[in-house]
Amino acid sequence: MTALARTASGMPAITYNFAYLDEQTKRMIRRAILKAIAIPGYQVPFASREMPMPYGWGTGGVQVTAAILGANDVLKVIDQGSDDTTNAVAIRSFFETTAGVATTTRTRDATIIQTRHRIPEAPLRAGQVIVYQVPIPEPLRFLEPRETETRRLHALSDYGLMQVKLYEDIARHGHIATTYAYPVKVAGRYVMDPSPIPKFDNPKMDDSPALQLFGAGREKRIYAIPPYTRVVSLDFEDHPFAVQAFAEPCALCGAKGVYLDEVILDDKGGRMFVCSDTDHCATRQAEGHTGSMSAPYGEGQP
Amino acid sequence: MSQEMTSLPDAPLLVAEGLAKYYGSRLGCRDVDLTLHAGEVLAIVGESGSGKSTLLSLLSTELAPSAGHVSYRMRDGEMRDLAALSEAERRLLLRTDWGFVRQHAEQGLRMAVSAGGNVGERLMAVGWRHYGNIRQEAADWLVRVEIATERMDDDPRTFSGGMRQRLQIARNLVTRPRLVFMDEPTSGLDVSVQARLLDLIRQLVEEFGLAVVIVTHDLAVARLLSHRIMVMKSGRVIEQGLTDQVLDDPREPYTQLLVSSVLAA
Repeated sequence: MTALARTASGMPAITYNFAYLDEQTKRMIRRAILKAIAIPGYQVPFASREMPMPYGWGTGGVQVTAAILGANDVLKVIDQGSDDTTNAVAIRSFFETTAGVATTTRTRDATIIQTRHRIPEAPLRAGQVIVYQVPIPEPLRFLEPRETETRRLHALSDYGLMQVKLYEDIARHGHIATTYAYPVKVAGRYVMDPSPIPKFDNPKMDDSPALQLFGAGREKRIYAIPPYTRVVSLDFEDHPFAVQAFAEPCALCGAKGVYLDEVILDDKGGRMFVCSDTDHCATRQAEGHTGSMSAPYGEGQP
Repeated sequence: MSQEMTSLPDAPLLVAEGLAKYYGSRLGCRDVDLTLHAGEVLAIVGESGSGKSTLLSLLSTELAPSAGHVSYRMRDGEMRDLAALSEAERRLLLRTDWGFVRQHAEQGLRMAVSAGGNVGERLMAVGWRHYGNIRQEAADWLVRVEIATERMDDDPRTFSGGMRQRLQIARNLVTRPRLVFMDEPTSGLDVSVQARLLDLIRQLVEEFGLAVVIVTHDLAVARLLSHRIMVMKSGRVIEQGLTDQVLDDPREPYTQLLVSSVLAA
């Protein structure tokens, strides 16, 4: 840019470096990412920056995305599976503004998917990168408050404590009641918090062709699962890991074997279960699939 | 002090030589030598500040000594210098072959984890992955330390002081350690509870042939549990020998004072 654009008052208009972060910061983050990929599941500290959004809104994921984003990437952002909730819309427009990249809501068209709390239903393919927003990267946090100690436990692969948490679940509830942020062992070495995705999504992380990156902004940690890596959910021999099962299919697209959200319809107990992944649901509806509460054909279609 | 060990033909379990600890210029303890055999109970007595807790921390590798070393006979029979163990080996030792019963149960237990989980933790740490088996083993141990099995899923915050100490013991003994350190395990308990706890400890020591290093300021506890006794004052061991011998016929003026200070009921 040769001359700065000026506003009416004569002040220079605000311009950002590509994808907001300066190049040195991106370099630093990329180094952390490379290290994280080299040691699957290991939490790499990085100098997390202040971002123009509050902690807890995906500052870690945004920094990772900013560091890997290229001009030709196509970005998809989801929040709890949905492309149109506040967090997803805000982050998508943030990168439209600061990087000018193309965005999409279709999982298969995206090259980078930033996500909060879900993995898309459509299988990811080689070449795609999924970036998770992570609030608390340390799986042992609520069992062992000292950071020095948790690091030592990871270093020594001393994960009996994690098993104690699952034991407590069974003792109190009769089954493993952890339904999200369900701990996994990556490549047979590090125990990792997969971020608060439902355990329904855990099997999707195993042997995935896509690169999986995790960014925790407040906690200043980045970790990764390289493509085609073994990811095993922890369990007991007599209480094996199992994902949630739903009694009914999606009320809008009739999909089975997908993760459903419960939507309360009235104050008389009315409810419906619909796909949490809005793109998956819309794609199926466009293909002509219907559910028990679908609008009659043609109605409400654009 | 070699006479009293001739009855035990095997090599010592724990040996400390020239052990010293300085906190900056202040003395924790110095010139401590001791030998402990399998199945032997050693009491360390002395007033507060005499260095007995420091000594216990040195023996249990919680503190690094300023001088001297501690060695331990591992399960394979090899004598190893504890300072030379890797962190992983040290931790494995701490949670399999050793136990540590603390004065304050909150430091030795996970207060937010159920009693069963507390006992099961060591098992899970050494690789047990079958819930049913872990639970069965934990239940057996709770019965052994006289905690009703219906309290198994309650967390220790709901337990009385005596129950907490018994739970700590179960948690430590579940991996069948050969050596247990105890730091004032009975202080803060009322006398009847104390008596029951001591009874239990004595029974378990007998049953499993445990070697115990117990720190106490209560001479009655030392008398009841220990075979041998070490009296500490100002960071040094001033007298040691068979418990009855030392308590009935103290040689050092300080030990005489200590023995004569016990209130008769």
